[in-house]
Amino acid sequence: MTFDLLLQTLASGVLIGLIYALVAIGLTMIFGVMEITNFAHGEFLMFGMYASFWMFALLALDPMFTLPFTVLLLFGVGMLLYRLVIRRIIDAPPLSQIFTTFGLMLLFRGIAQFLWKPDFRTIENSMVAGSVNLLGVQLGRPQLVAGIGAVVVTAAIYLFLNRTKLGSALEATAADKEAARLMGIDSHKMFALAWGIGAACAGAAGALLSTFFPIFPDVGANFILVAFVVVNLGGFGSVTGAFWAGILIGVVEVMGGLLVGPQYKTAVVLALFLAVLMFRPHGLMGRA
Amino acid sequence: MSRLNTSTVLGLLAAAVALVVPFATSNPAHLNMAILALMAAQIGVAWNLVGGYAGQASLGHAAFYGIGAYTSTLLLVKFGVNPWLGMLAGGLVSAVLSGAFGWSCFRLKGHIFTMATIAVATIVEIVFTNWEYAGSAVGLYIPMDKQGLGAMVFADKASYYWLALGLLCITLLATWLVERSFLGYYFRAIKDEPDAARSIGIDIARYKQVALSLSAFFTALGGSLYAQKELYIDPPSVLSTALSIKMALVSILGGVGTLFGPVIGSVVLTTIEELSRAMFGGTGRGTDTIIYAGLIVVIAVFYPTGIIGWYQDRVRRFKARRERAEADAAAPAAARAARPTSSTSTGAAL
Repeated sequence: MTFDLLLQTLASGVLIGLIYALVAIGLTMIFGVMEITNFAHGEFLMFGMYASFWMFALLALDPMFTLPFTVLLLFGVGMLLYRLVIRRIIDAPPLSQIFTTFGLMLLFRGIAQFLWKPDFRTIENSMVAGSVNLLGVQLGRPQLVAGIGAVVVTAAIYLFLNRTKLGSALEATAADKEAARLMGIDSHKMFALAWGIGAACAGAAGALLSTFFPIFPDVGANFILVAFVVVNLGGFGSVTGAFWAGILIGVVEVMGGLLVGPQYKTAVVLALFLAVLMFRPHGLMGRA
Repeated sequence: MSRLNTSTVLGLLAAAVALVVPFATSNPAHLNMAILALMAAQIGVAWNLVGGYAGQASLGHAAFYGIGAYTSTLLLVKFGVNPWLGMLAGGLVSAVLSGAFGWSCFRLKGHIFTMATIAVATIVEIVFTNWEYAGSAVGLYIPMDKQGLGAMVFADKASYYWLALGLLCITLLATWLVERSFLGYYFRAIKDEPDAARSIGIDIARYKQVALSLSAFFTALGGSLYAQKELYIDPPSVLSTALSIKMALVSILGGVGTLFGPVIGSVVLTTIEELSRAMFGGTGRGTDTIIYAGLIVVIAVFYPTGIIGWYQDRVRRFKARRERAEADAAAPAAARAARPTSSTSTGAAL
């Protein structure tokens, strides 16, 4: 194994890890605020990809230009889903919660297949197509742009949570629902906001991925398991935790693919996940 | 008393239907659907032992199913071992391996536990997909050269129907025995009041594992039966997450932690699945998935206790209404009856 190959692998691991982080941040926010695991999170990403695809195919608008619109669209989808469905299962037994979001996952895949057929679709010749040479490492431009985009969105979320009043209210609800309510924070509004932002993050990830990843109804399956792992390792509810854990998992995945074989890369990630849970049930960066 | 009678009547009716199905239809497609319903019911009942009674929502049970199917098939294909023995071996291997499964997952709770079970099953699926000896992604075929009860290979569907019904009854019987024994109480205590259970000295980790091993054993038997029925297995058919979901789903649909819940859930789910597939499946546009998934969401949101819970709720309401009606009807009569008494007593006093 040459040094070049190692560097190349590491770089691509970091770039895909940034996307994982973005998907996981949405998931971890939802869990942090209301302790519900959203199994349909990968489908938000899928909707983001299709939104980008159709605006590219029908209106010839590049996914990078339409990204803000995709994010807004998914924000609306997330809020709506909370109002229509999730609101009703807040106090339900965990098993019902798991099966509600699991059912939504299958439902969204079915809807996508119904509306857009199960074909693989790709966006060719977007404005970010091509590759760049960075310090001797060859990187795909779409991947690089996606990685940078993911960092920008993550930073925006971080600033929102830590520098704005609304963000602080959201954090307060996550930390202590009852205390937040006593301070006059409407927890239902905060839950809806968390779902909106969560879906928007996944939508952004979908838009960023759409320039180099095939688009099909079941595409979310490739990301949801990894996103769960990232959320667990980063600690439930922790945005910064998810960010670093996402990068770590991206690197572990590509290194596992390189050392053990590409067919085992998911198994390596999942084995690491189980191993970490064994010693730290609250994740690498989680608090007890 | 009347509720007990209703349940008994329904149970006898179901048993009668189960016994006449193979004689009532000669259409192999219908019979196949009935077999699928029985097989889904059986693994649902097996899942229910740990997922329902003990409340440990595993979504990784396909691992046990697949291990059962692969153990009996590999023993048969590679060593010529009789499938009946292979089935038993599959159950035992699965029960033993469930130790590793429980060891890695049981210290986790709730959603994290569920995710960990998905992770374990996915790893098992990846290993089998790449394991040359076990046929990797291509899968394994069971030869048809030996047929009959001894070889557990039949040319007709009806024989598989009886086999599936028999296995379901054995699993139900085992569950019924567990439910009535101290294990049943321990499992429910672990589910509902884990802290109280620990405080009175129940070894929670141990009894969670007992529930899982029993569940793994019976799930694996179902896997072996599947292999003998289809005569072909590959990782997607016996190890996929979709299968794990189905086992849990039939229990949830029928009623989690009830003896017959998974059976009812399986009959309803299989019927809906097959009907929507027959009506819309040919279009390839996922309409059947939409119906199936929409149903899951509606049930999970509005009927978290399943069909049995819904039924019991209705019975309770009906009884309450009748009692109220009886009380209303009795009240004027009582008042009337009370008046002469009071007048008598007044007369006596006078």
